Amino acid sequence: MSALHPAPARDAASAADEAPALYRYVLRLGDLALVLGQRLSEWVGHAPALEEDLGLANIALDLVGQARLLLAYAGEIEGRGRGEDDIAFLRTHGEYLNPTLVELPNGDFGETIVRQVLIDAFQLALYERLASSRDERLAAIAEKAVKETRYHLRYSSSWLVRLGDGTEDSHARVQRALERLWPYTVELFEADALDRDMAERGIAPSLEDMRGAWNRHIDEVLAEATLDRPAERPYTWFGKRGEHSEHLGYLLAEMQYLQRAHPGARW
Amino acid sequence: MYTQALDVHGDSGEPVDESERERRFQARVDREEKVEPKDWMPARYRATLIRQISQHAHSEIVGMLPEGNWITRAPSLLRKSILIAKVQDEGGHGAYLYSAAETLGVSRDQLIEQLLCGKAKYSSIFNYPTPTWADVGAIGWLVDGAAIMNQIPLCRCSYGPYARAMVRICREESFHQRQGFDIMMKLCAGTAEQKAMAQGALDRWWWPALMMFGPPDSASTHSSDSQRWKIKRFSNDELRQKFVDFTVPQAKFLGLTVPDPELKWNETLQRHEFGAIDWNEFERVLKGNGPCNRERLEARRRAQSQGRWVREAAMAHADKQRRRAASCAA
Amino acid sequence: MSAESNERDAPGEREWPLFEIFIRPRGGLDHKHVGSLHACDARMAIEHARDLYTRREEGVSIWAVPSASITASDPAEADALFEPARDKIYRHPTFYDIPPEVKTL
Repeated sequence: MSALHPAPARDAASAADEAPALYRYVLRLGDLALVLGQRLSEWVGHAPALEEDLGLANIALDLVGQARLLLAYAGEIEGRGRGEDDIAFLRTHGEYLNPTLVELPNGDFGETIVRQVLIDAFQLALYERLASSRDERLAAIAEKAVKETRYHLRYSSSWLVRLGDGTEDSHARVQRALERLWPYTVELFEADALDRDMAERGIAPSLEDMRGAWNRHIDEVLAEATLDRPAERPYTWFGKRGEHSEHLGYLLAEMQYLQRAHPGARW
Repeated sequence: MYTQALDVHGDSGEPVDESERERRFQARVDREEKVEPKDWMPARYRATLIRQISQHAHSEIVGMLPEGNWITRAPSLLRKSILIAKVQDEGGHGAYLYSAAETLGVSRDQLIEQLLCGKAKYSSIFNYPTPTWADVGAIGWLVDGAAIMNQIPLCRCSYGPYARAMVRICREESFHQRQGFDIMMKLCAGTAEQKAMAQGALDRWWWPALMMFGPPDSASTHSSDSQRWKIKRFSNDELRQKFVDFTVPQAKFLGLTVPDPELKWNETLQRHEFGAIDWNEFERVLKGNGPCNRERLEARRRAQSQGRWVREAAMAHADKQRRRAASCAA
Repeated sequence: MSAESNERDAPGEREWPLFEIFIRPRGGLDHKHVGSLHACDARMAIEHARDLYTRREEGVSIWAVPSASITASDPAEADALFEPARDKIYRHPTFYDIPPEVKTL
């Protein structure tokens, strides 16, 4: 959507009509934050230096915070009285709509940093544009999240440069990680019917727009990190449509355990 | 200033003999003046502080593990957030304390090496497992509660950097105890299974928490110097008694039973009497034979060794940047 | 000891240098020393300081200085450096008894 001509707020009829699609769209954003926050929080107490325990925990905390706001909103749109925790903990595997990239195991610090740069650049492009969404709630969430994301991207980019342009060993490790993770970025920008629908309604930004911004940042940081941009390769995962890798199941089993073991309990 | 470039063995003042220096030093401490990094201090004062501050720092770092273990399984997003923030704080506290220890002329890497090879001690409480979510609540309520009791007097300790680190830590610590108690309250007001989970955690953590205050006064070797130098301001038994008196009513409020059949209120002395502590267990755990000692240290060793390539890469990059800047300037 | 400990003992992992951190808590106030941390360079020091010392909104500005760059006065010279100021109390406004009728001094 254009910042110069923000579309008028939606009327009640069209809002009801778009609710199922909006619900799914918000889940995509919320589940990205939820699953990546979960993965990052696994690092706490195990990072290469005490300062990095704090740095990664900081990003994890911000992402869980974004997940709470987005999933609470999703519950409201759904209109069945489900709150942020019901949505976060009680859906089944195929109902999670995060991109597959964020559910992959952390790997070593280098792989985690590569993944983080790819996603931070994506979230920055997303939130910068989402801040002028016709959906006021999403716009407000995005406005807050954009500041956090700028810091995340600064942190992850700095680390990618240190590792890419560090020792021969660190360079080799992150180049390998980049090759391994690159194919998972395809789904981030491949628009499907839901993406197009949301863009037409002025709710979501155009993925093409975002792809341009993302490419510019990624090329810049890869160059500074002396890393080669991998070639494009054919790809099969589409977590954003609920088609996940084997890894999500384990992550959910761990995350959902207490809620499933004590149905209806309050914590 | 807290510089590593301190000349900690020399002194450029007029020649004065050692016992006169010690007398003047003690007089300053008695006047409640703070000792700062570049000041002259007795070698034993320096050694005692390095030992105490580093043990405290190690405890914070190791302490991230028993609770960190539950972050991915926290039962709500709010609890997950709170737990990440708490464990992050603990890492931060470790960092402040290593910084304070470094002002005494040791390096953080040296101290960490001592921890990882098993030479340095840390609070034995973190060698106990956290098998249930209720253990996370019990740690916040009891372990952080006991820690606060130890830490508040340290805010007035004679060594400036340690006192200042403690002020910062105590400010952050009070949320830790409250969130633990809050977890326990929700459990005790919940389902029968939740309440049983809470009671089980209290059963497991009560005695280890009492042991956190250290051996009885009669048996403690380091105490009298530490008290004279205002590094330690209250005795182990005094603090332990205070902890029991504060905590027993809290357990009652929760509707939980303290696992001590000899616990009773003494109306004359206005305090609780409690049963004998098993000091053999304390010694066993302190010596490395507690349930999780090996696992905790292994986890820290793994993090350290697996992270080595990262730390070296960061240094290599910084070196390259410096060389580039130098050759641009040339 | 495991093989990992031998790897740790392997020669020459250089420690990250120490930096002293100063934070300005709010606009209008001075930067105050809050402690130290380890970092490879100034940029990392700022990031670490942000995560270590400003988690509770305690800062609007951070200064990071390599510890080795700081020169400290010697406590043994404290008397010579600071004592003479003590008896020049005429530097302080409270030394002067200005009659209350003179309002703006």
